[in-house]
Amino acid sequence: MNEARAVAPAPVDAGATAGLLEVAGLVVDLPGSRGAIRVVDGVSFDIPPATTVGLIGESGSGKTMTANAIIGLLPEGATTGGALRWRGEDLLRVDRRRRRRVRGREIAMIFQDPLAALNPTQTIARQVGEILRRDGLARDQVRRRVVDLLDRAGIPEPPRRLNNYPHEFSGGMRQRAMIALALAGNPALLLADEPTTALDVTVQARILRLLGTIQESDGLAMLLVSHDLRVVAHVAHQVVVMYAGRVAERGPTATVLRRPAHPYTRALVDSVPAIRTRTALAHPLPGTPATPVNRPAGCAFHPRCPLARDRCRTEQPAVRSVAPDHWTACHFAEEMADRV
Amino acid sequence: MSETLLEVRDLRVSFGRRTGPPWRRGATREFVAVDGVSLDVGPDETVGLVGESGSGKTTVARAVVGLVRPDAGTVTVDGHRLGPVGRRPAALQRAVQMVFQDPRSSLNPRMTVAAIVDEAWRTHPVSAPAGDRTAALHRLLDDVGLDTSVARQHAGELSGGQCQRVSIARALAVKPRLLVCDEAVSALDVSVQAQILRLLVDLRVRHRLSMLFISHDLGVVHQIADRIAVMRGGVLVEQGPAGDVLGAPRHEYTQALVGAALELNTES
Repeated sequence: MNEARAVAPAPVDAGATAGLLEVAGLVVDLPGSRGAIRVVDGVSFDIPPATTVGLIGESGSGKTMTANAIIGLLPEGATTGGALRWRGEDLLRVDRRRRRRVRGREIAMIFQDPLAALNPTQTIARQVGEILRRDGLARDQVRRRVVDLLDRAGIPEPPRRLNNYPHEFSGGMRQRAMIALALAGNPALLLADEPTTALDVTVQARILRLLGTIQESDGLAMLLVSHDLRVVAHVAHQVVVMYAGRVAERGPTATVLRRPAHPYTRALVDSVPAIRTRTALAHPLPGTPATPVNRPAGCAFHPRCPLARDRCRTEQPAVRSVAPDHWTACHFAEEMADRV
Repeated sequence: MSETLLEVRDLRVSFGRRTGPPWRRGATREFVAVDGVSLDVGPDETVGLVGESGSGKTTVARAVVGLVRPDAGTVTVDGHRLGPVGRRPAALQRAVQMVFQDPRSSLNPRMTVAAIVDEAWRTHPVSAPAGDRTAALHRLLDDVGLDTSVARQHAGELSGGQCQRVSIARALAVKPRLLVCDEAVSALDVSVQAQILRLLVDLRVRHRLSMLFISHDLGVVHQIADRIAVMRGGVLVEQGPAGDVLGAPRHEYTQALVGAALELNTES
């Protein structure tokens, strides 16, 4: 099973897609005590330029591993298959130097816990300015640019905050500093892994608004990884739903949420507790999310699925198109009744 | 029999916070976590307590179950004033049970589910079943939607959702009047969160339970609470029927909270 590179199932969507990044049949295997564990199993989707793609899933869905594979932060011993086509070159096959050049400059990432991601022993200015200094900018130029970046990230009175350390910032301000740091390399793609999960709701709303503004004004592409459908629905143009390391469904956000073509997506939508209505309790999905360690045969979702029948237990559904730009990995998507 | 089951009056809880570096025994400054909170929970009623981090909602919960000692104010259950855990009469201690946020750290991973429930019965022998304990255990597991085979498993082998069901079974084992749930579904995957919420709603009816349900998630609270109380900075800023507080919030902080909360709009 360690020959992940050789097995690469790459049913790449035919036709020239204008993706900035094309994730094509991505496979990630992690070493386990009983052989390799396939945590990402043939995942394909595109991130078009200036578009926010939401990557949604529960624990064990492989969403974070997919993002880590893109930025090149997989754990030691991980093997990969498929392709990550970035502006025409495959990031899984470029050499180390090119990889490092891409990371932080062309593709940047922000994390759930900015306190863990920032260096506690260095000032905010030093960390945000690191990439600029490395590019050979003069001291006063770096300073000017850092002030500008902090300002864009919504940090009030940036000149006074330059010599602060991360612990002197609140949670929301740290995430803003993290965003400034990510923007310093002038990236074309920003990966955001649960960027607001650790924050209070009022702060979350502000950070999401900030990300939306930056995405639009810079024409940035963004991959927003989240377990919270509400966050994804709020900012993403397109959504990719993952389950047990595979894509369950993907398409334009509004379509996927209103007319899901996969029973798992439908269940996720129904599980979101609403503030105005009591709906989340109607028909909770039985069981717990499948994990890559004990992924059921056939369709991984079949033990929890209301539509499941014999075919689902044996035959893994291919990802197929049900409408332009709308893809599902369900044998029986057509049978999904319209909401009554 | 009083109208209210739980009565919290003018509760004040503070913590000493040391100022200056740890190696210098400087003055400690007082931090008031809860400042004059009054709150009632009626029989069979579920009250949701919401607020952001640092608002004091968890401290209220801990004062109610007796895990922190209030500076001032009273906590009364069924007309009996409660002291801290250990100084409470067993019957009152039993009447108030708690379900915590992280099911994995609130259960001993090396104990079997049967042993966890049995420990609750040994602590409160009054509530222990008179006859066949195994049969009673199986009834209890069935009640929280667990297969009876789980009884022999260790808590460490269970999923997050299963652990939370065991926590609930442990609380129910001693037949409480009031269940205090502190972010009891916040650490769960959404599909599992819906199951546990559904379970709590069913149980409160079946067992005629009152609940103090604490959460930062307004949507979650709305699924279960009859009334909602909103806290900020240790103070209760608004309380009322759930529909009113969320539908037409009066306090500007509640308005900000409701305004910032994301909704999933699936209407075409």
